[in-house]
Amino acid sequence: MENQTSILNLTEEEFVHPGNRACSGCGLSIVYRTGLKALGKNTILVVPPSCLTVLQGLYPVASTKLPCVNVTFASTGAAATGVRAAMRALKKADVNVVAWAGDGGTGDIGIQALSGACERGEDIIYICYDNEAYMNTGVQRSGTTPQGVLTTTTPIKGKLQEKKDVPAIIAAHGIGYVATASAAYPLDFYDKVKKATTLSGPRYIHVHTPCPPGWSFDTRYTIKVGKLAVQSGLFDLYEIENGEFRLTGASKNLVGKARIPVTEYFQTQGRFKSLDQEIIQKVQEQVDAKWARY
Amino acid sequence: MHIIESGNVAAATGVKLSRAQVIAAYPITPQTPLTEKLSEFVESGELAAEYIPVESEHSAMAVCIAASTAGARAFTATSANGLLYMSEQLHWAVGARLPIVMCVANRGIGAPWTVWNDQQDTISQRDVGWIQIYANDHQQIIDAVIKAFRLAQTVSIPVMVCYDGYLLSHTYMPFEEPAQSSVDSFLPTFAPTHFLDPENPGNFNTVTLPDVRPDVEGVIAPGYIEIRHTLHQDLRAALDTFVEIDREFKKEFGRGGNPLIEEYRCEDADFVAVCIGSLSYQLRDVVDGMRENDVKIGVMGVQMYRPFPDEAIVRALAGKKGVIVFEKALSYGNQGALYADIKSALYKSAERPFIHNYILGLGGREIKTQHLLDALTASCTSPDTFEDAPRWIGLKL
Ligand SMILES: Cc1ncc(C[n+]2csc(CCOP(=O)(O)OP(=O)(O)O)c2C)c(N)n1
Ligand code: SF4
Ligand SMILES: [Mg+2]
Repeated sequence: MENQTSILNLTEEEFVHPGNRACSGCGLSIVYRTGLKALGKNTILVVPPSCLTVLQGLYPVASTKLPCVNVTFASTGAAATGVRAAMRALKKADVNVVAWAGDGGTGDIGIQALSGACERGEDIIYICYDNEAYMNTGVQRSGTTPQGVLTTTTPIKGKLQEKKDVPAIIAAHGIGYVATASAAYPLDFYDKVKKATTLSGPRYIHVHTPCPPGWSFDTRYTIKVGKLAVQSGLFDLYEIENGEFRLTGASKNLVGKARIPVTEYFQTQGRFKSLDQEIIQKVQEQVDAKWARY
Repeated sequence: MHIIESGNVAAATGVKLSRAQVIAAYPITPQTPLTEKLSEFVESGELAAEYIPVESEHSAMAVCIAASTAGARAFTATSANGLLYMSEQLHWAVGARLPIVMCVANRGIGAPWTVWNDQQDTISQRDVGWIQIYANDHQQIIDAVIKAFRLAQTVSIPVMVCYDGYLLSHTYMPFEEPAQSSVDSFLPTFAPTHFLDPENPGNFNTVTLPDVRPDVEGVIAPGYIEIRHTLHQDLRAALDTFVEIDREFKKEFGRGGNPLIEEYRCEDADFVAVCIGSLSYQLRDVVDGMRENDVKIGVMGVQMYRPFPDEAIVRALAGKKGVIVFEKALSYGNQGALYADIKSALYKSAERPFIHNYILGLGGREIKTQHLLDALTASCTSPDTFEDAPRWIGLKL
């Protein structure tokens, strides 16, 4: 998919109030703002506990101008199912039902409900923002935390296991649309969300969202860090539409070109500081092998 | 129309007549035939509802919570471990003030596994804030389901309709199926004032602080504790609301009149046997026999357990010589929960009867009429030999 939207033709209507409670430099706040623009007014959001719950504000104020139901941590996929079922029962067909959850809420505790929704073919859009840890509770490891990363529950040696490939798991359900995106490329994300709204059935978008306090980098580097993840070939932008895989945007442009070494990405963040040479070497080899297949 | 069907089908029929719009459920014995029947109603087109075959009970309640927040009438059903698996969701549903109705075919809890009846599942969930209604026969099941939908949406609190697994869920009894037109006039459509609406967006179940907090216009909004206090007050008020709803139900259908407690031969009784659920009908036989031997004894079934109808119970029991509470559940490490509740209700009354507690029937252990007779006879003839602790009936080892 080629970028269709540019900063010049991006809708000016905002669905997130300024001055919300996200940290400065938050990758989530970038994609939330752009994603809601793509979804538009006729949208109902379903949100489990996560940084997004906080971003949305504390009662009785809210930073989102769309209807939103906050639900329990494990239940997002099922709750979105319930909203859609109610829309059908109440004959309100023309609404985007959108779950928006963190990586922990999606790939760990919420995977059962999400898997159920995918298997049933529910007509929902599910957006997972991946900041690669449980940030809301103070940076604990999650299934999607990369290997070697220091978190508050992997404080000395870093995480021993590799990152769980959640979009691949969801794609294995055979749903019609799976895409990845990055906060560093918000317009690519915008286009993918927009495209998702034109499709039906379960649609899943996994968006990489750098997190300055959780990843330990300066707030001004969010876009830079996000771009390095893509340009080093670690986090790839792609779409799987009706089973067909294709790289998109910045990742597509990398095919056949030299990539930035992964170590340059690692060096930008304090969370990788206990990585040893052996792991760096292994990750580089894995990335090279993956790209050899593209 | 009179039909002969199982308790589960009575419940399903009540749900159909109540025109539930979104149904989500997960199979568990002995509730399963209820969800099977509902999926049949939906697939055959007899009931215009969305039926979601979820992958777990946690998700069943998630679907109900979301659908109800969006303005649809939602229903689910479960038993035992299924109920406990959705415990977090039970709290969420009530905190969000959603008028969900759920049937629970009561069953014992593992470990060790048991599929048979007792009431530990729902009794253990008594403190979550759901209204709990217990039905004692098939007629009461179908009637309670219809009343439950009306009560739930009147007070914006979810309602559990509980009935004994197997004893009621799987047995066949005749009951009257109300006419759809009568149910329609008794049960107005669900039209919430707040719901998920792109035209009028709101953020539901937001993080709430310990203290009150002004909104953007400076109006002070409640903190968590005020919200929970309101829930508690509304639950207490639901006792009267249910009495009123039951009165209207009686006007429409000719049945009812005992919404909170059901008394049998209690008026002139010296002693009253008390329990929850279908056991109260078995106790009636025992009491009839004892009456023939001039023991003035009656039975009281507690129909609504939460909110607790303490005033009605005190009215029924104060001045009696003795109260004997039979329970198929207990607060482990303490006593029967109902026993403790009744003792506490009677504390404020001037004429306090003696009160005894029997635990029985756990995991479906057969309750023999002789056991009940022996227990009641012991309580009535030598009350002073009892300690303030439950005695267990029917143990074989
Ligand atoms: C059942 C349950 N377990 C644990 C929690 C505590 N909890 C709230 S948010 C959260 C982490 C969320 O992580 P993620 O989904 O990755 O979102 P993030 O905070 O990183 O944005 C946890 C563990 C909870 N709310 N509910
Ligand atoms: S902790 Fe990270 S993800 Fe959460 S609000 Fe802050 S920057 Fe955003
Ligand atoms: Mg996270």
